[in-house]
Amino acid sequence: MPKTENEKGFVDIINGRYKPEGVFHIPEANQPIFNKDTGKLAGITNPRDMTYIHSYGGEAPFFEGLGKGKLMASRCDNEKCDTKGSIYQPLRIYCPDCLRKNTIIDMTNLAKTTAKIHSYIITHRSGAFNSLPIPIKFINVEFEGVVTILMSVLAVGEPEIDKKVVPIFNTKAPTYTITDLRFVVEGTSESELPEGFTF
Amino acid sequence: MIKFSDKQLKIPKLMRPVYLATVGMSKFDRAFPETRTEELCIQAFTAAADFVNMTPSELKQYIHTCYYGHFADHFGDQLLGESVIHDRLGLDPLGNIGVKTGGATGGSTMWEAVKAVASGYSDCTLALGWERMDEVPTDEGNHLISAAADKDWETPLGHIYTGYYAVMAQRYWKIFGKEEDSFRDTMAEIAVKNRGYARMNPHAHGPMKITTEDVKNSPIVAYPLRVLDCCLMSVGSACGIVCDEKTAYEITDNPLRIYIGAGSHTLRVADRRNMTIPLLPNETPDTYKDLGKRFPGSERYPGFTGFLAARMAAYYTYGMAGINDPIEDLDVIELHDAFTISDIQSYEDVGLRPYGEGRDYIESGDAYLINPQTKKPGKLPSNLSGGLIGCMHAVGATGLMQIAEIGYHVWNRWDEIHEPQEKWDAFGRKKPNDWASLQVQDAKRGLAISHAGVGSQVIATILMDPKNLLKED
Repeated sequence: MPKTENEKGFVDIINGRYKPEGVFHIPEANQPIFNKDTGKLAGITNPRDMTYIHSYGGEAPFFEGLGKGKLMASRCDNEKCDTKGSIYQPLRIYCPDCLRKNTIIDMTNLAKTTAKIHSYIITHRSGAFNSLPIPIKFINVEFEGVVTILMSVLAVGEPEIDKKVVPIFNTKAPTYTITDLRFVVEGTSESELPEGFTF
Repeated sequence: MIKFSDKQLKIPKLMRPVYLATVGMSKFDRAFPETRTEELCIQAFTAAADFVNMTPSELKQYIHTCYYGHFADHFGDQLLGESVIHDRLGLDPLGNIGVKTGGATGGSTMWEAVKAVASGYSDCTLALGWERMDEVPTDEGNHLISAAADKDWETPLGHIYTGYYAVMAQRYWKIFGKEEDSFRDTMAEIAVKNRGYARMNPHAHGPMKITTEDVKNSPIVAYPLRVLDCCLMSVGSACGIVCDEKTAYEITDNPLRIYIGAGSHTLRVADRRNMTIPLLPNETPDTYKDLGKRFPGSERYPGFTGFLAARMAAYYTYGMAGINDPIEDLDVIELHDAFTISDIQSYEDVGLRPYGEGRDYIESGDAYLINPQTKKPGKLPSNLSGGLIGCMHAVGATGLMQIAEIGYHVWNRWDEIHEPQEKWDAFGRKKPNDWASLQVQDAKRGLAISHAGVGSQVIATILMDPKNLLKED
């Protein structure tokens, strides 16, 4: 059952420190596990309801950008690096070769014009805490001039290798997670997009 | 990295020879509702003592340091589980450490144990692994496994690791399998083979007598993978004890030489940049000169179709052991068959066939104990334990189970472990009426591949009869 507003935990940063407010765990009693055949005690349940507080660090511009309809990437601009000019999506804070800080760039237009499917899979299964509709159409997206291949999901259309896709963004009610970014096949209209998403 | 320096390509060197003295395994199953983890670990350790005709107390006298493989702390809600097991094995106050490298945890645990002996720090070490995945509901288990992917960039996408993995299978299926029915059949044959071999293994969790039609008609998990294409999710423990030469011969008259190497690649498949294929000793640049022409779409390496970590682990370990052609130089192999299709991918990574031609290892019959076409012994039988598909995948124990199974063949003692009716009875399992020995005749050398997830970490372990080494120390 979803938590009520009063049961949720919220966190701000004040003076450089996390300030949690609200409820972060609801204790629930352990329950014994009996073997119904023998009537003997076999074990115990250990219910856990916890909230992790996690820093995005230098990747925060990517996750904040999604809610603004922007796809942020990073690029190595170190003149002395063998792989200078490489664009990374997933955004990497540091160049994996020279370990100098990458430059954060906006690749939204590049994605809108060059994204295509490298591979895909459709699964009807998910794990606990999944928020995506089932079946999930996983896609891996290539972009022209980008040295890596982003994992995402296809929200509208059927996946095929090399099919052109365009990004959509959860701009109306962002969750600030990777699920704020999805893709649709080229030619999809605004009215077909999932609730809250825009091009 | 996409380019390597000479220093990084150095063939690893053990400062003194290391020997595998004994191994042991527990029963493997989906769940043990009335058995604590330590009971399974003690079962494995006791089996290792039995194997060298010692009591556990006697065997413990030789151990100097301990290496424990246990991947998923969060499944058991118990940090420092290694310390719990170490205590229950009665090995305090010896030094011990936990090792975690996903699905390769078992292999990595042995990697650490071997290095400790090779360096001279210890003369005898214990590598023991286990996994406990039965103590959460399945959907929560799926979430916990998905936490082994990138928590920000992948896990929120469905909380289902299969999805992150299966995109690789899809690409291989399209590019190298060419979506052919015959390729689909070859995948199914692996599932039939490995589950069939598991029928002869009392430890095995998933033995089945099935046909390729059964595999192809089983429910879809993530197309083209079906339920019977996928490995088991198991609970259990396995271990091995490694020593310097003097100590090894104090424990047993027949220790095996052990060589071991590791490779890695990015946790996210997304981050894998294009690079030149590193070559194994049985390959030349010409091997791949027309790969893109033969398999359009395969130009990117390793892309989604190869496991660089496995290739590098093979490169290092073949170099250490003097393997030039694994098909010719090895007699038995255990591969990480998490999925039928990834098993095929691994054949290429470790050089059983060149990239693009992995299916031929099955289709030729080389991978069988008895080649179904020629009715003669297969050139390099694989996964006679049943593998992850038929025997078990209890993550922290898997790589050690593979090493144990290879050891039983090279020791020529496979029957002793798998045949006794008492063991079948003790495990509550029915021995098949058509039980048959899978002992590889005259096995002198074997390889085990321990592999993590989408290929983030791979360990290659080679065991050899010391009288049949390929390379001088």
